[in-house]
Amino acid sequence: MSPTPQRLQITAASPDPALLDLPWDVPLEEWPAETLAALPRGISRHIVRFARLSGRVIAIKEIGETVAYREYELLRQLSRIDVPSVEPVGVITGRRAPDGEPLEAVLITEHLQFSLPYRALFSQSLRPDTATRLIDALAVLLVRLHLAGFYWGDVSLSNTLFRRDAETFEAYLVDAETGDLHDKLSEGQRAYDLEVARVNIIGELMDLQAGEFLEDDVDAVAIGNALAERYTDLWRALTEVETFGYGERWRVQARIDRLNDLGFDVGELDITTDVDGTTVHIQPKVVDAGHHSRRLMRLTGLDVGENQARRLLNDLDEFRAATDRQAEDESFVAHDWLTGVFEPAVRRVPRELRGKLEPAQVFHELLDHRWYLSQQQQRDVPMKEAAKSYVKNILPNRPDERSILGVQAGDIRETAQIPVLPDDEIIG
Amino acid sequence: MASVTFDHATRVYPGTERPAVDALNLHIEDGEFLVLVGPSGCGKSTSLRMLAGLEDVNAGSIRIGDRDVTDVQPKDRDIAMVFQNYALYPHMSVADNMGFALKIAGTPKAEIRQRVEEAAQILDLTQYLDRKPKALSGGQRQRVAMGRAIVRQPQVFLMDEPLSNLDAKLRVQTRTQIASLQRRLGVTTVYVTHDQTEALTMGDRIAVLKDGLLQQVGTPREMYDTPQNVFVAGFIGSPAMNIATFPVMDGHANLGRTRIPVERSIIDAFTEEDRNHLTMGFRPEAVEVLPANTPDAIPVIVNIVEELGSDAFVYGSLTNEFGGAANVHSGAGDAQVIVRVDPRKVPAKGETIGIKIRNGEQHLFHAGSGERF
Repeated sequence: MSPTPQRLQITAASPDPALLDLPWDVPLEEWPAETLAALPRGISRHIVRFARLSGRVIAIKEIGETVAYREYELLRQLSRIDVPSVEPVGVITGRRAPDGEPLEAVLITEHLQFSLPYRALFSQSLRPDTATRLIDALAVLLVRLHLAGFYWGDVSLSNTLFRRDAETFEAYLVDAETGDLHDKLSEGQRAYDLEVARVNIIGELMDLQAGEFLEDDVDAVAIGNALAERYTDLWRALTEVETFGYGERWRVQARIDRLNDLGFDVGELDITTDVDGTTVHIQPKVVDAGHHSRRLMRLTGLDVGENQARRLLNDLDEFRAATDRQAEDESFVAHDWLTGVFEPAVRRVPRELRGKLEPAQVFHELLDHRWYLSQQQQRDVPMKEAAKSYVKNILPNRPDERSILGVQAGDIRETAQIPVLPDDEIIG
Repeated sequence: MASVTFDHATRVYPGTERPAVDALNLHIEDGEFLVLVGPSGCGKSTSLRMLAGLEDVNAGSIRIGDRDVTDVQPKDRDIAMVFQNYALYPHMSVADNMGFALKIAGTPKAEIRQRVEEAAQILDLTQYLDRKPKALSGGQRQRVAMGRAIVRQPQVFLMDEPLSNLDAKLRVQTRTQIASLQRRLGVTTVYVTHDQTEALTMGDRIAVLKDGLLQQVGTPREMYDTPQNVFVAGFIGSPAMNIATFPVMDGHANLGRTRIPVERSIIDAFTEEDRNHLTMGFRPEAVEVLPANTPDAIPVIVNIVEELGSDAFVYGSLTNEFGGAANVHSGAGDAQVIVRVDPRKVPAKGETIGIKIRNGEQHLFHAGSGERF
């Protein structure tokens, strides 16, 4: 008897025919190991798997049809307004098992290269300030989402992916299931989102402690509260009205500088004066994240994270000073720095180790390593030497962070999906 | 526990003219399970969000108990949004999962334990309190999520289409759990759904909204038996009510050859807008099935017969010679009717049957405004 034919419905912006080769007639939980990529997964109330597709890795989530379409559309909108989020690939419905039993719809998203769920970061070498760095990144993400009018509804570390950005992280939204895009968010919405974030993060950290991934002496509640503080500070810096006397106009530039420092460009600044002209009010109306990454892109064509850009720009400035070329046009110096410093350094990483870290991140670590060697040896270690030492001693011991095609679908570091049991069956 | 009052509550989205919620007046009793239901865009979710503090209130006010909460932050309103997000923490016990929000708030340990145990008892989770979530079934994990909201002992539970994310089997299971849980707890609950069957089975009372306006609020029985306007009549009940508009002449409503007498008092109440027409509705079960040529019976050609074992429904069209056939609407479409028939005596496809609305089971509405007479 021939199996019930599949009548798959694939909704995708640019459908990849290779999608048809994946085993859609099998429940996602039971997919064979050869189709999967061994990647660390976070906690999810749905079944999630990673698979390889045409040289990239996709994330597949089994959820209800209506929810899948809704989330797909939201993710598309989010990427259009340039908010850090995963790229949606498509929705597949109409799945059936060979015996005709209907299977859940799936939402497919691109796996963010070099990104990690927070649990994986904690199960690696545990740095005491990792938690704080993640919180900072999440605060920035939440502010950017709220500025764009996006209400998340379920802010948590589990719904976020983190990518190294120099000494810190950049956070990306992964789950938009409970989200909603508005023209502008009300105070109540922002406050609620923030409160949900605070409670969820505390819970997630407490869970890590319960699982002994995080020391007991880490104050989870304090970290959750820190998120609320950072968010509020950043939000205020980006949106509040500042009032000063007419003679203090330097404050306008100071405000713009402060925002630039935080990584934001000011697109629009509202300036009003009182009737008698003695008091000035300023309020940023449009702010765009990525001040440093944009500047670096303009100068060198490199597309990197905000903090990575800041670091590279610092190195560029040092190069400029060291070669005594401050009077020259910035773009010429930048070009020379790119071809003479950055690229040769990064090229020293042998091919087989390139899956470990993004190039900009490698460079950042090279700079750190060079500084460390110089301190140790009490001399200025040239980049060539530092790179050699780094490639030999440091990089090979770093875990791969791109993505690995795996035979092992189960990764020990992964704290997986809670298994679904038939009702009332209990494992002892 | 407290009552909830919407007092001329209005929400107008910036840049729009028509309010998303238009001067809503609704009082929900302490301990009541009220369902807000209506088609997509009717304002039900917006109303719920106004109550939660997630939507600005542009006019009017909202009270929880005696307290005006219109300008109060969501976290200070003492409400709990259930099912918004429930990820169970795998390394914590079920008890810790349920109680951790209280732990964060600094509630004393003993009190946390007490509240958790109380909630667990109501949820039939007592024996799992010290287990890890992975030892629980899907239904049980849902209940842990509810437990999280319960231990906070809020005054009101808010639920916004909580079953939409669930697979079909879990949906039915959870629906029953929520209803019985609410009865045991007695906490005022406001529940939003677009599914009228869900509304009818779960609510103490149902409030139907359309285009931001409250159409009617009442018990499921009231809504089913006495819909106040054509919209509610067609929205509540499945299969939907058959609704037809007839011209009225000589004290009779005329649909082609069939003439149905209309009471004098109804005709006297006609408005100019009605233009001597009458809108009549009848539920599929409110008819007698008779031979096609019975005088004053409406002839119906049988298109499809749906046999459900305990029930059977005929989907039929009105014969075309009447011209007025297009004025009839039902769940089956224009000029179609749905009629319940004896499952042991189903007519054949293509056969013509006659239907007569049983006395007293017709619903009469103004042809102009749609309001009930």
